[in-house]
Amino acid sequence: MDKGVLATALGSPAPFGQSQFAFMRGNAFEAKVKADGGAELLRLLYERLGGSSVAPGPDVATPDLSAAGPEGRAARTALALREATATGGWALLDHPMLALEVAGSPAYLEPDAVVVHPDGRWTVVEIKSFPMIDASADASKVGAAARQAAVYVLALERVAAVTEGAEVGQRVLLVCPRDFSNLPTASVVDVRKQRAVTRRQLTRLTRIEDIAAELPEGTTFDPACPSEELDAAVAAVPPAYAPECLAACELAFHCRAKSRAEGAVETLGRSVRGELGGLTTVAGVLAAAAGKEGDPADPTVAALRRAAALRAEALESAAALRAGAREAASDPGAGAPEGAAVCR
Amino acid sequence: MSLITTLARLEAVDTGRAQPLATVRHRHLTDRPLVLVPLTTAGEAGAPLGALVGTDREAPRLLAVAQPRDRDLRFAFLAELAEAVLPHIEAYADVVEPAERNETDPATGKKTKVEVELCTDAGQLIVPSRAGVEFVRLLGRSMRFRRTAEDDPDTPYPAPARVPLLGRWLTHYGERARVPGSSLLLAATDLLNRHWATGQSSLEDQHLGALLSWIDPPAGSSGAEAALRAELARDGEGQLLCPPAGPATDPDFDNRLLAPAIERYDRARTALASAEDGLAADARLGELSGAEREIRSLLARVMLPTWDAVWRGLDLLRELPEGSRAEDRWTRDRWSFTAHRDRVRSGEPPQPRRDDAVTAAQKLASRETAQAQLEAQEALDDPLVLAGRRLAGEAFVATVTDVEMTYTESKRPSPRPLVTVRTDERPHLGERTKVYRSLEGKPQTAEFVRAEEEADQDGDVLLVLRILDRMGRGKEPAPGSVPEPGERIAWTLFEHDQRGGPKLPDPEETPWTHGGPPGADAATRAEQPDPVTPEDLL
Repeated sequence: MDKGVLATALGSPAPFGQSQFAFMRGNAFEAKVKADGGAELLRLLYERLGGSSVAPGPDVATPDLSAAGPEGRAARTALALREATATGGWALLDHPMLALEVAGSPAYLEPDAVVVHPDGRWTVVEIKSFPMIDASADASKVGAAARQAAVYVLALERVAAVTEGAEVGQRVLLVCPRDFSNLPTASVVDVRKQRAVTRRQLTRLTRIEDIAAELPEGTTFDPACPSEELDAAVAAVPPAYAPECLAACELAFHCRAKSRAEGAVETLGRSVRGELGGLTTVAGVLAAAAGKEGDPADPTVAALRRAAALRAEALESAAALRAGAREAASDPGAGAPEGAAVCR
Repeated sequence: MSLITTLARLEAVDTGRAQPLATVRHRHLTDRPLVLVPLTTAGEAGAPLGALVGTDREAPRLLAVAQPRDRDLRFAFLAELAEAVLPHIEAYADVVEPAERNETDPATGKKTKVEVELCTDAGQLIVPSRAGVEFVRLLGRSMRFRRTAEDDPDTPYPAPARVPLLGRWLTHYGERARVPGSSLLLAATDLLNRHWATGQSSLEDQHLGALLSWIDPPAGSSGAEAALRAELARDGEGQLLCPPAGPATDPDFDNRLLAPAIERYDRARTALASAEDGLAADARLGELSGAEREIRSLLARVMLPTWDAVWRGLDLLRELPEGSRAEDRWTRDRWSFTAHRDRVRSGEPPQPRRDDAVTAAQKLASRETAQAQLEAQEALDDPLVLAGRRLAGEAFVATVTDVEMTYTESKRPSPRPLVTVRTDERPHLGERTKVYRSLEGKPQTAEFVRAEEEADQDGDVLLVLRILDRMGRGKEPAPGSVPEPGERIAWTLFEHDQRGGPKLPDPEETPWTHGGPPGADAATRAEQPDPVTPEDLL
């Protein structure tokens, strides 16, 4: 299902897109890193993660991974990994295809590269076009790259489990342009934590069949349907909107509109919900704060009322202060220069 | 986010308008701030696309790079930027007032007062968003190590004369922007978010257009509707009506308008280079400048809405009276400005790529102090901020009910009056907890003695405090220095003036745990310019 098309059909098109400048630059950089059979890439990898192995020479294996369909490519990749591990030399797999089960259905993943070490270790390589300036890069981008690589590590582990002598490295190589140039530099990122988090999340995901089973018979997300029907179909899958969705999901603007219409407090951020305890709607919180609803013995309600009272008192005193200053300024007898200074 | 801020946001949702988070302006604004709206090329680290810059809202100066991957055009842009920004900064560098500074005499180790210059005002720089602040840092980093032809005649691709100097200043501004409460370099979104709570999340508040829609919605429309329009509305060509505040551009703008225009420019340039006679060259030159004009007008079109938005934001902020202690923080900015001016004038090298251990520790310590100071000063300036601290139990307002004079039991007794106050608040007071109040702008200290056990029907409690200082030297306290019954006073549990921690060692004394003294290899590690790579187009 293409969520982008669905979002457009619902009337809240996704605002995502990639600039062709960024796209071209990313491709050019990746091509440069992988030029000459990946010589530069392997040099960087050996420098940082080589261990006691011999340096990769010109005889690095670069198996051909092309096959028909994602299943075919995934099988081809698994075979190439097995062969390379058995051979015991360096091997570079350019754009391998990996399969990972997500919520009960297979998802196909394509890392930038996977390197097989002579000792049977497999290392995920992630090539990104954001710069590493003075050996440090934007933390949020590195975090995103690490999470992405952790998924690849998980998928590789499934293959490694059935391959003799193989082990998946928990440290991945992140390759970025150095400073303001187009020259590659690399940094080792330990993804153990991200891997553990992703693994846990994957096991906790509700299986797609279970979600589908909950839906009424005949529900369809076909974008050709009238928008009211689509709306109802999408509403049948309960969303859990939070502002973070805006950066990741094509349907976020749709869910936000729904969430706002319901007056859910999560539209202001996840942390807000935690602060407000059992109160989940904007109207409910405001009524509780104004003393119209809610149990005063509830600590959240009591705190809200205190907050509302303090806020009202402060605003009132500030307004009185300003009115006083204005009066002083408009009264010519009352030390005009000072009044003017306050009003500035 | 504290509960009181959350409440303000919920009120904003309910009323459809942003609600105040402050009753005074907590950042100093100069009379003539320099507004800079930068744009950068997607996917490139140091390739600016254009900028609007100036101190006059009616007359922004448009700088544009027709082909961002061309080193010469980029240098021309930076040189022009230096021409626009440096005069603004330098105009403040020579207007000075005498000031005194404590210095330690290296020979005797005694502290002495030294007469120094302090710039009476400093150049202020305003960018649209936090990403803009980061971009200023990045520009500074990309420029400050460049070599000009004068520095080194053999260097390939020398940078224009004033570019490294601009890099040093922008680095200083970018670094200063990390000090809490500083106003040398400000982001319009940060300024507005400090003073208003909108009905959307703080993530969405980073969008300048949406933020302004909440604070000052157009007539007949709610903040939420106007914000949604600012986020998503597109014109007939599929372009955003409210383009992103930069430095990143909208991908649709890049793909549909900018990329074809740059391609036309490249073609025109190739055609010009291959022109065979003067007449053909003239015609093709015309085409080239036409293509360049088109790129300039495209860039102007996406930057002007942001330019106007920044000025509108400044107008809204100027409606608030400035907090009385904001001036004090601006004085620190002026000191920082003056110190950097002195470093540049004395010919010191540009700021290093990485701070050494002692400098880094000093910066961290001073930012922590600045943060604590900012929090205290904002609460003292603004009843609304104080309300948040009161809710958290870090401050309380109380009415004096009784004053009993007591004295110390020394040879020369000093006054230690016991003040009983009534309040319905529940501050976190332990035995001998120090509390402070502002007395003629200076903090007066008291300590908590005891609380009356039971709260009465209104939930009021009686607290007994002992005043400790600011009552003069005599046996009887100076007039006005002891609270009178009936007075309503705000007490804080936090100190009003923050002192920094203990002094850090000199760089020569760096302990081995932090890499040891810089030593002899410091000279060889001197910062080299970034190597020139052949990647650029020319």
